[in-house]
Amino acid sequence: MKKYLRQLFEKTDDIFSAGFTPACNPMLFLGTMGWFFYWIVVASGIYLYIFFDTGVTEAYESIEYLTNTQWYAGGVMRSFHRYASDALVIVIFLHMLREYSLDRFHGPRAFTWIIGVMSLLFIYASGITGYWIVWDKLAQYIAISTSEWLDTLPLFGESIARNFLHDTTLSGRFFTLFVFIHIAAPLILLLFMWMHIQRITMPKVMLPRYLATGILLMLLALSLFYPATSQGPAELDKAVTTVGLDWYYMFFYPLLDEFPGLYLWIAIFLLVSILLCMPWITRKKSLSIAKIDLDNCNGCGRCVSDCPYNAVSLQARTDELPYTSQAVVNPDLCVSCGICAGACPTAMPFRRKSKLVPGIELPDFSINQLRQYVIDTAEIMQGRDRVFIFSCDHGPVACNININNTTTVSLPCVGMLPPSFIDFILSQNIADGVFLTGCKVGNCYNRFGINWTKQRITGERDPFLRERVSRERISQYWTGSVNRKKLIQKIIRFKEKLASLNNEVTGFNN
Amino acid sequence: MYTPRNIVIQITTYLVFAVIVGYFSSRPEYEHLDPGMALLKISFSHAGEKKEECRRLTQEELEAMAPNMRRPLECSRERVPILVEIILDGNILYKEQVPASGLSHDGASTVYEYFRVTPGKHKLVTRMRDSRENEGFDHERSTDIELKPGQNFVIDFNKEAGGFVFL
Repeated sequence: MKKYLRQLFEKTDDIFSAGFTPACNPMLFLGTMGWFFYWIVVASGIYLYIFFDTGVTEAYESIEYLTNTQWYAGGVMRSFHRYASDALVIVIFLHMLREYSLDRFHGPRAFTWIIGVMSLLFIYASGITGYWIVWDKLAQYIAISTSEWLDTLPLFGESIARNFLHDTTLSGRFFTLFVFIHIAAPLILLLFMWMHIQRITMPKVMLPRYLATGILLMLLALSLFYPATSQGPAELDKAVTTVGLDWYYMFFYPLLDEFPGLYLWIAIFLLVSILLCMPWITRKKSLSIAKIDLDNCNGCGRCVSDCPYNAVSLQARTDELPYTSQAVVNPDLCVSCGICAGACPTAMPFRRKSKLVPGIELPDFSINQLRQYVIDTAEIMQGRDRVFIFSCDHGPVACNININNTTTVSLPCVGMLPPSFIDFILSQNIADGVFLTGCKVGNCYNRFGINWTKQRITGERDPFLRERVSRERISQYWTGSVNRKKLIQKIIRFKEKLASLNNEVTGFNN
Repeated sequence: MYTPRNIVIQITTYLVFAVIVGYFSSRPEYEHLDPGMALLKISFSHAGEKKEECRRLTQEELEAMAPNMRRPLECSRERVPILVEIILDGNILYKEQVPASGLSHDGASTVYEYFRVTPGKHKLVTRMRDSRENEGFDHERSTDIELKPGQNFVIDFNKEAGGFVFL
């Protein structure tokens, strides 16, 4: 199922990338959109709070004033508050599904996953209490149903639902309490959101300006054409018959009319437990974490700045070598992507005098093994237009692409490839061209593998690919796990290009 | 630079997203209760009598106690469960023996139930036994009521106010 889900996401990505370009593709910014909607909810909530009055009748009247009398500001803010909260639920569930489909919840990523799942509870606590304090018919339904549901837990001495028995039994202090919860829950949520991004470097918490503007305009249009309104004042002497639910937050409430509340608590407990245990339910085999070789580490810090997970840091030197710092790997954060090895300037395949051991690498897939693998697999290629393909374990199954005179090496992440290997392959005449493929742009399994690789080739990021290397003999196509046909076409076209380049060289020699 | 095709895709995306967000934020409506029905809710929190009567301690028993622990009466904590009966038009709508809350059964007995009933005229009888007696009822109230569609009729209990209260 995971595989099909991933393919579905990748196909959807293609559609949105065609419309928005990969740089502004909303499907590649689902988590970031969550942050964006959160801040809209906070900003609009602060405005609403200024005018909100806590009290049995005052609560409804103050919201009505905002919605009707002050429709141009308060009404728009109310709609922003509601619709951004709803959009938050949509993007968070999509974000969660996407990370699940990409297997991004194992090992060191389990912490982030767990914090994300726990954030859901606070999103729901924030949303439901928000509807409660409006004190309209929907609030009446939610207040009574929720308190009846809470009463099914053997935790409360007195029935909470009794507070909503009749207008005479209802106290304004209840609203004060729920306003407090409605403010406290989003604050705790913010703490969890902050924890959620602690294990990654350069988290994307700001949307591209173009996309942010588009979303704001969409919310504004929705707020003006279909403003959020109340459903009439709550009247406890009348039963709630038909009510317009916010299905993003209240989809499970109708179940309370069908099943005992305790069953629903058990179902939610089981569902949350399963989600929390996901990293251990579906285990994933991973490589050993990156290892430092102090004799080859001069503490340059390239691995530190390239690691997408904050797993490498610089510390004071512990040996006799004349450098001030050395790289240190945090085993709890390392996901064994190998990007650090690709960033290490000592991962140089040209080295002959000493054994090829870089300052940092993956013990299960060393740079020396990679060089040997490149040399060995290239032997099957003969003649002209030989293409060496580097792919990643999370992108296309390039190893199964049966194109004459090509060979493929799959890396844990394409960012593990030191740019000097491209120079090595071309200058040592191991192949006539190098083709790079892997995850989709903006959707790299290890976040920055594609970006760093591109920047190393274009000379924007250290270690650079030498200028002497002909860029015409390098091609890239970031396809993800779909578009296999297009990948084959791209490789064939690259071979044709190499053939013409080879002909030019031959002609020149003649 | 975006092409007209890009712009069309973007506007369509925003439009679809806005419709999905806007529509499901309050639609489709959910029918919690048939608008043609009324709701009869019984809810109260009331403590039954102590299960055993307090016993006056004998002089010997008092002397056997530490001076600071001496008290004239010894009372058990446990309370009797209350028996509640609601009869609507001669039919028993609710009959339950409700235990006292708390681990030692020394708290109030709490009832919270609701029933969907047809609107119109009804004869309502409410009874409760909260004493150690085995038969009969300690509190009873009967009345004729006329329920309107969508009405929420509440049966509460307040001993100080004379027993059953209809709201």
